[in-house]
Amino acid sequence: MAVSVDKAVSPGPVRDHRPPGRRRRGRGRVVIEVAVLAVLAAVMLFPVLWMIETSIKENRDVYAIPAKFFDFTITLDHFKDVFVASGGGPTTLSGSFLNSVVVAGVSTVLATVLGVPAAWAYSRFSVKAKKDQLFFILSTRFMPPVVVVIPIFLMYRQVGLFDTKLGLILIYTAFNVPFTIWMMKGFVDEVPAEYEDAAMLDGYTRLQAFWKFTLPLLLPGIAATAVFALIFSWNEFVFAIFLTSSDAVRTAPPAIAGLIGGTTVDWGLVAAASIVFALPVLVFSYLVRKHLVAGVTLGAVRR
Amino acid sequence: MAGIEVTTLHKRYPDGTVAVEHVDLSIGDGELFVMLGPSGCGKTTTLRAIAGLERQTSGDIHIGDTLVNDLSPGERDIAMVFQFYALYPHLRTRDNLAFPLRAEGLPKAEVEERVAEAARLMRLGELLDRRPHRLSGGEQQRVALARALVRRPRAFLMDEPLTNLDAELRADMRTEIKHLQGELGTTMVYVTHDQVEAMSLGHRIAILNKGRVEQIGTPLEVYDRPASLFCAAFIGSPPMNLIEVEVADGKLRSKSGLALTPPPNVPRDRSLVAGVRPEALEVTEPGAEGSVPARVVSAEWLGDEIIYVVDHGDQRDVRVRMEPTVRFAADAPVGLRHTGGPPPVYDVSTEELVA
Repeated sequence: MAVSVDKAVSPGPVRDHRPPGRRRRGRGRVVIEVAVLAVLAAVMLFPVLWMIETSIKENRDVYAIPAKFFDFTITLDHFKDVFVASGGGPTTLSGSFLNSVVVAGVSTVLATVLGVPAAWAYSRFSVKAKKDQLFFILSTRFMPPVVVVIPIFLMYRQVGLFDTKLGLILIYTAFNVPFTIWMMKGFVDEVPAEYEDAAMLDGYTRLQAFWKFTLPLLLPGIAATAVFALIFSWNEFVFAIFLTSSDAVRTAPPAIAGLIGGTTVDWGLVAAASIVFALPVLVFSYLVRKHLVAGVTLGAVRR
Repeated sequence: MAGIEVTTLHKRYPDGTVAVEHVDLSIGDGELFVMLGPSGCGKTTTLRAIAGLERQTSGDIHIGDTLVNDLSPGERDIAMVFQFYALYPHLRTRDNLAFPLRAEGLPKAEVEERVAEAARLMRLGELLDRRPHRLSGGEQQRVALARALVRRPRAFLMDEPLTNLDAELRADMRTEIKHLQGELGTTMVYVTHDQVEAMSLGHRIAILNKGRVEQIGTPLEVYDRPASLFCAAFIGSPPMNLIEVEVADGKLRSKSGLALTPPPNVPRDRSLVAGVRPEALEVTEPGAEGSVPARVVSAEWLGDEIIYVVDHGDQRDVRVRMEPTVRFAADAPVGLRHTGGPPPVYDVSTEELVA
């Protein structure tokens, strides 16, 4: 029987050459690792677990001393209280959630619509002082938002954007556009420009080529970037508390914070509202988890 | 089909880099024209300007009788093959081929007929129903070629189409492209940095450097009489030996005394450099007739030939190509003599061919 060249030169199956003692030690190590990680996870996740517990405890169990870890009655009343007012009808808190959805959603869409074409242009075209422009764009993210909140507050009051959803949408968009441009430029760089060249030779205009060939290949990147932008807008607290004053405009983060204070704090309600607030972010992150990793490690390996 | 005229092409990017300084090309109808040069010499930019993917800063481009300066790439009726094949990833081979035809709005029957013809020419057969990610590099390149020729364009533009293939496949594809171009008779402009590719493919070769054309000629012309020191040092592997010479008693003599047959009309009033191909020199036993004393610095046994690096007392060592049967040990004292015809001679200061 003839032996193929590949077979003749193949090194054969790889065997485990480690001595048995070494392997046993390996297994012991795994046990220790798992134990340490479990303890760490418990410590890190305790606040979250406690929040979940609090949200499903009845009020007397919430305030019980010593604290009740396991033997309490489960109730979903707090979650109902988040959305339904005591006299029936929606609560102001549910209005805040709706505001958050509108503000975060619209600002994310705006940032994507503005940022993706800009990223494409920066990636594809030779622009004067491109590096300086990109650095300038990035530099707007250098300072913490709280630094600019007072000037923004004064400006907004002048132009009538104070305590409006539009005002929040604009400021979140302004913060998300630089991020979108930088993140998307990396993704656009990864899509070979030749696709567009080939499409243009086939008779499409540059914009059509972008729309028909590059954009579909960018969709995963756009999804990841948009989720980051969405999470930023959704979680944002400083601008939200400074630039809003009425319940009609207030977004969820300052609204939930507003529940704390006064003579008594309804911790069950706070916990339930916090969980409702955290869920969308968790779900979105889970949906795009692959792309989040791709986005973070992008450019680490050259083609 | 059409020839291509490029006149006084100049391309400067907004950031100030000049990619093409000044390029004039006159490419004949049906010619396989190769643009050769190191990276950054402007060859790809010139090609992209012909394709309409870059807008030149100044200068004119004619394809056939049409001035195409203001035409979009799609209106120029040309096809281009890229180094990265740019097959649409979401389309099967068949649809990749049909795509440009459908974009033109051809009737379905004709699209199918042309796709079948291109598939037959490039022997795509069973690849027609696969998507690009299931094709090997060589197969992708064949599909890219088929996609170019399915359009029956007036000219093919090739931007280093074989660079990403492994050496063996590259040689095969080279033959295939040359054969195809001969059969179709379509004008082809081929950009490469690989001189072997350029020499074996081109009817004519343009050597570009720093955004200028250094020389245009047939492969043999370019090999035998490089028009400048740059071309002399660029073409050939190993390249020409550049030996400083003076005219003395009817010969060209190097400082070491090596005598070369002079070409006619050598100017006497300039400092000269002779370009001597490695095969125009010979390593001999020491003291052989017409030889100067020299020493073997190193030897590369390549199987079918040996390249000797020889020190003959000049500033630069020379490389000599010898039969594999002629063996000298490293460091051995030997003789060196010139056996070829008159070498091209260059002016050191202008770097141009003077005789």
